[in-house]
Amino acid sequence: MPDAAVVARTAEICREHAGREGALLPILHAVQSDFGHVPALALPIVAKALGVAVAEVQGVVGFYHDFRAAPPGRHVLKICRAEACQAMGGTALADAAKAQLGVDWHGTSEGGVTLEPVFCLGLCAAAPAAMLNGVLAARIDPTRLAEMLAEVGA
Amino acid sequence: MKIFVPADAAARALGADAVATAIAAAAERRDVTVQIVRNGSRGMVWLEPLVEVETPEGRQAFGPFAPGDAESLFDAPSVHPKALGLTEEIPFLKRQTRVTFARVGVIDPVDLVDYEVNGGLTGLRHALHLGPDATIAEVTESGLRGRGGAGFPTGIKWRTVANAPGAQKYIVCNADEGDSGSFADRMLIEGDPFSLIEGMAIAGFAVGADRGYVYLRSEYPDAIAVLDRAIILARVAGLLGQSVLGSDYAFDMEVRVGAGAYVCGEETSLLNSIEGKRGTVRAKPPLPALQGLWAKPTVVNNVLSLATVPMVLAQGGAQYCSFGTGRSRGTIPLQLAGNVRFAGLFEAPFGLTLGEIVNDIGGGTATGRPLKAVQVGGPLGAWFPPALFDTAFGYEEYAAAGGLIGHAGIVVVDDTADMAAFARFAMEFCAIESCGKCTPCRIGAVRGVETLDRIAAGDAAATPLLRDLCETMRLGSLCALGGFTPFPVLSALNHFPQDFARSKEAAE
Repeated sequence: MPDAAVVARTAEICREHAGREGALLPILHAVQSDFGHVPALALPIVAKALGVAVAEVQGVVGFYHDFRAAPPGRHVLKICRAEACQAMGGTALADAAKAQLGVDWHGTSEGGVTLEPVFCLGLCAAAPAAMLNGVLAARIDPTRLAEMLAEVGA
Repeated sequence: MKIFVPADAAARALGADAVATAIAAAAERRDVTVQIVRNGSRGMVWLEPLVEVETPEGRQAFGPFAPGDAESLFDAPSVHPKALGLTEEIPFLKRQTRVTFARVGVIDPVDLVDYEVNGGLTGLRHALHLGPDATIAEVTESGLRGRGGAGFPTGIKWRTVANAPGAQKYIVCNADEGDSGSFADRMLIEGDPFSLIEGMAIAGFAVGADRGYVYLRSEYPDAIAVLDRAIILARVAGLLGQSVLGSDYAFDMEVRVGAGAYVCGEETSLLNSIEGKRGTVRAKPPLPALQGLWAKPTVVNNVLSLATVPMVLAQGGAQYCSFGTGRSRGTIPLQLAGNVRFAGLFEAPFGLTLGEIVNDIGGGTATGRPLKAVQVGGPLGAWFPPALFDTAFGYEEYAAAGGLIGHAGIVVVDDTADMAAFARFAMEFCAIESCGKCTPCRIGAVRGVETLDRIAAGDAAATPLLRDLCETMRLGSLCALGGFTPFPVLSALNHFPQDFARSKEAAE
């Protein structure tokens, strides 16, 4: 997306949230929802709209795991690393995903799949769990995970 | 013909949407008119997707249901291969005492009429009739304590906020359910969101707050969607707004979505996050009850605490208080997770022993292998070996046994589990999730991982160092993240020393 469009859309998002108490996180979610990440270009616009320093906005973006500084791949695969999933083979599932994609956590495969850890999707009674492009999957194994990736063409 | 197919995230993750589509298609082929209700989950997750068909005798259950099972549902339901009989007669459900979860899985979550027909709004109407003081007295009498884990008496917290000076006060619901093994908040919001809305409205009325926020984690997209929709419906129906249920009390609320920081489940981090700041912990005092959101008096309660309040008001504090054991009154929605045969949600009065919970109710491990340990209360909770299975489920009882009940998530592992690896994971998790405000947590967790690696490499001198480090983290951290990480680490070391020795042998 061209720079001017990022600037214009970010300003529009800020206007939509004008007057809202504690608007920074909702604004950043909206920006990331539109662009897939929080572009550096957006930070000064958000800062100005809220009357805070750019460093403060940067600090918030950097604090939360959700906000990305760069666009992810075409697909995002999140695998739960927490204890309940570990109890049902979650670590082996993650290892299989890393091997198949040829990446470690936070890496993006040649096929455009970004692998991210997540600490609990709340599917602990149907472990192990994962989320592919926003769609939840539970009680999966490496075979099923490979099928899921194939189904989305990854 | 009325058919229930859960839209709970766990049911959907196990294929419930495809099941609903297949049932609708099969009905159309046979020219049968069906009404498919997307309810919450009954909590028997090993049977999900659990389909129910309404009959004159009651709801008949079928599960775990696959799309291929749809055709035969219309042929001969009584001999259907997935038939489970009447839902209410399934032992796992029949043995429960459902108070907080009374409607979850039963009603259409976003149908306010269904909610009211099943007892909803009775509590709020009663509170409006009683007045704020008597409402707080009722909650105090119930013995309800914070279900997020801290166990602070809800009535006393409300009284503090009610008495605090200030025109602007807030109700904040902590729905940042980040503990592994916990999914009760998610299930409640997805299955009965109006109970949370009603509970927050009662809280606002009791303390004099006109505004509420639900801080809901981004990992729960389905819960966010359901609650957003329920809030809109509640406004339309006059349950929220300038005149709550036609009274002169005004209350409105909104959802704020988290951004993947575990520490924001800590109440002061959560408040900073809603304010649009980094989710760092605040030193206490001042208590949030006196200086909370934007330094205004604020009630911060867990989802389950707030969602239980309507029942407390509807049935009376004394009735709720009649359940439980010791100082742990009422019921607790236990969440059985990980390597357990009957995984799901089981609401019961406090007081069951851990052995009853994981063996009798949970049916032992899912893999069928010997059960090794149980972690109670999330990633900051202690690991319990079978030798401690006579511990009764209660706040004080768990503290006395060197643990905590947390949010009542219970993770079971079998004998293949490496407890030294879990101890290392606890420190690694703390290092990743530390907000960085205090040194014992920020630096201690990193040193903890290194020290555990030294132990694994056979360095005997590292073990006393680890204990010393844990003591520093426990006493010196600002919040439970650094303060409680020693629970899983030391309980693993104390109860399973052989696992730490084994890693030493492997290194040699």
